[in-house]
Amino acid sequence: MSAASASAHRTRSQALWETRLLLRNGEQLLLTIIIPVVLLLVLTLTDVLPQATAPDPLATSLATVLAVSVISSAFTSLAIATGFERRSGALRLLSTTPLSPVELLTGKALATVAVTIVSSAVVVASALLVGWRPTPGSAWAMVSLVVGVAAWAPWGLVLAGALRAEAVLAVANGAFLAFLLFGGIVIPASALPAALATIVEVLPSGALVNSLTAALTDGVLDVTATVILAGWSALGVLVAARTFRWT
Amino acid sequence: MLACVPALEIHDLVVRRSGRTIVAGLDLTAQPGQVTALVGPNGAGKTTTVETCVGLRRPFTGSIELLGARVPVPRKARLRLQEDIGIMLQDGGLYSTARPLEMVRHIAAMHANPDDPATLLDALGIDPTTRTTLRRMSGGEQRRVSAAAALVGRPRLAFLDEPTTGLDAAGRRSFHDLVRQRVADGVTFVLTTHLMDDVERLADHVVVMAAGRNVAQGSITELVGSDDSVSFRGPMHMNLDELRTALPAECTLTEAPPGHYRVTGSLDPMVLAAVAAWCGQHGVPTGSISVGRRSLDEIVMALVDNA
Repeated sequence: MSAASASAHRTRSQALWETRLLLRNGEQLLLTIIIPVVLLLVLTLTDVLPQATAPDPLATSLATVLAVSVISSAFTSLAIATGFERRSGALRLLSTTPLSPVELLTGKALATVAVTIVSSAVVVASALLVGWRPTPGSAWAMVSLVVGVAAWAPWGLVLAGALRAEAVLAVANGAFLAFLLFGGIVIPASALPAALATIVEVLPSGALVNSLTAALTDGVLDVTATVILAGWSALGVLVAARTFRWT
Repeated sequence: MLACVPALEIHDLVVRRSGRTIVAGLDLTAQPGQVTALVGPNGAGKTTTVETCVGLRRPFTGSIELLGARVPVPRKARLRLQEDIGIMLQDGGLYSTARPLEMVRHIAAMHANPDDPATLLDALGIDPTTRTTLRRMSGGEQRRVSAAAALVGRPRLAFLDEPTTGLDAAGRRSFHDLVRQRVADGVTFVLTTHLMDDVERLADHVVVMAAGRNVAQGSITELVGSDDSVSFRGPMHMNLDELRTALPAECTLTEAPPGHYRVTGSLDPMVLAAVAAWCGQHGVPTGSISVGRRSLDEIVMALVDNA
């Protein structure tokens, strides 16, 4: 086996391993699948939130919920799982095997993409059940999902590498709620005061929901939002590479 | 010539944690195809030494060579070295929601030429078909899975940190058998332990550590070989002058604790005869006289106390 194929084999094994453990964990499933689906039903079956008054309420609600799904799996769930792997010594043991840090982090990223695909598929299926119908331009949402995962996952690893597992649990859940409520997701940036809206639109949460909304309501790629997400991704990778600790 | 290269060579290693010196100038050599046991009290620096060897901690000063490669190794050489190294951490390292076979299979997937995980688990007394997750297994069962994870990559050098802690008698026997089998295949083991049973059954070379240093080393025979003694019990503070006169000059006679007498040194049958005769004359019962060696545990404690 060549060095490259051995590396690919280790990365694939790590990705499958992470995916299997993530999908087996009930708390993670609650966070990545059940909460988004419940939120979709709340947004589409009630008119308590601003999405109900949008020109295309179903597509706007779906964009909101997909953004929640990405943040919960690529940030909150990834940070908590990795934080507890650090505490249990599982990462220490892996660091003594031929698995390199790049292979480990790539495996985690692939597993996060896989879990996001599963959770997004469940959310999209739920949306279809309540009457949403895709257009050809809706496919741009796939790009938004991928760039969204790339923007959030490094920050999940930054958090996991910086704090104790219990603190990661608290901060990841707290940040998740904060972004949900004040990051342009549940309350859209357009419903906020202008100064606040500008800030929210450059946050990874605001950019993600903007990108998904553009794809699902107008069928276009929001280039500005995509560039903002790519910037958060690049910055997150840099910070994670410098600060992530195995132990 | 390659066979002469030590599997592990440590020179003047110093490791500090949070400003505290944990390993203080350690010298240690582990020969290939042998079991080297690190023994010593809690806090002696055994675990820190092992963790530094496998790259989990950074040395402050000193040098470590693993299988001929200076640590830390360059990135390209690291992969090859990690193929040849196995590690069993003192605690943790396992994914609590995984099952034993999938855990060991996952570690196997990281190696180019792994052993069969199911066979290895079976050899260590773990049913490879069990669906019980690791968090529901006992501490001893988890240790067995950790041992399997350390060995599944077919390492040339395996570090096992307190491998038999929490194992029952059957588990220890399975573990000893597996280590002996791997040693016969040429694998080098460096293990830390507080259980002298492990040392006596497995170790070719023993390193006694205290306060981060190597205070004694050698084979078990070398450590205990010159420690033959004749002991007897009698009334406290007996007058021993007559017995001292009867013993050769190189023998030492001590009373510690009171009423426990011990003759050490170069013992031969004439010494035994002199002690037996003196005891007969002074009313010391035959049953209280014993000939033998101190246990390895006692010798290690004495070496540590004197360090």
